[in-house]
Amino acid sequence: MGVQKVGVIGAGVMGIGVAQSLAQTGHQAILIDLSEDILARARQEIRNHIRLQGFNKQKRADPDEILSRIAFTTDYTALADTELVVENVVERWDVKAGVYARLDAVCPGECVFAANTSAISITRLGSATARADKVIGMHFMNPVPLKMTVEVVRGYHTSEHTLDIAKAFLAQLGKDCIVVNDAPGFVANRLSHVFMNEAANLVLEQVAEPKDIDEIFKKCYGHAMGPLETADLIGLDTVVDTLQILYESFQDPKFRCSPLLRKLVDAGRYGRKSGQGFYLYRRTGGAPSGS
Amino acid sequence: MSREKVLAETQSFLGQFIAVEVADDVDIFAAGLVNSLFAMQLVLFLESAFAIRVENEDLDFDNFRTLNAIAGFVERKVAIAA
Repeated sequence: MGVQKVGVIGAGVMGIGVAQSLAQTGHQAILIDLSEDILARARQEIRNHIRLQGFNKQKRADPDEILSRIAFTTDYTALADTELVVENVVERWDVKAGVYARLDAVCPGECVFAANTSAISITRLGSATARADKVIGMHFMNPVPLKMTVEVVRGYHTSEHTLDIAKAFLAQLGKDCIVVNDAPGFVANRLSHVFMNEAANLVLEQVAEPKDIDEIFKKCYGHAMGPLETADLIGLDTVVDTLQILYESFQDPKFRCSPLLRKLVDAGRYGRKSGQGFYLYRRTGGAPSGS
Repeated sequence: MSREKVLAETQSFLGQFIAVEVADDVDIFAAGLVNSLFAMQLVLFLESAFAIRVENEDLDFDNFRTLNAIAGFVERKVAIAA
């Protein structure tokens, strides 16, 4: 019998998606964040996402039934009998290190810690615990319930046993994985961020408009989204932070952040979440429309 | 509640997301003016603005494609609740 009880730390976009995927595949999830307000919003978000799936008749489900499998709490001691924890807190080392120290103290000795980080070293996260062999990177894509492939990252000390547990766990969620070794940005973000950054430079240099850059990649290469739409979806502030991590890690000028990205972030233009990035999403507040 | 009121309030709500005025018979999804993620926000708005409950079986894009479709859907739900 595989992993059944799973802790999820951080009720942001990714943590909510992980908790929803767990509950929809019959697992017990414990979703932890700092305040009851955050948790209440998370509960409502998950309810809305499950309802939205109802537009597809095959995916209709009772939100109450699924939510009954998620415990929402600020109390880390609720993790005392978990078998695996997925950590999704902000991409800041000081915050993550604190979380891993707490997890180490409350979780059972055999519990695996899966870091859903976009760029922070798995080896370094492992060093913040007394169980580096049980720390593994599990980089889910957004939106978690709909993206079926996960980038799994092997830290320096991550054991084969932990890797087997991770693969089996993801299979239980109906997901498959591609395993890579630990390096800043792993594969997905190291490549995607150079791509998005250079697309921003093309706009800065007035080589082409954002829409045309994205259309080239959608129509010529068959990408589902162009690099600038993707940057707006991730959040330009997050893209800048990740580029900064990559630049500091490699000391390589190819990761030097485009001045246009910094300017947009300084201007509060974060992309979808703020209503405007490279594209306009809303005039006052809400969901995206065409560019 | 009148059909005109439903149309006006829904048009106003859409105006927060779409930069242009939308004719009553324009398919807002097919025209690329909104995407499927917007559908949930529309559902939540209609429930709040018109005191209706959108059930699972109501979750059909045909009920929400155009302002006319939305007004007809709300009218039916209000009539059932009355």
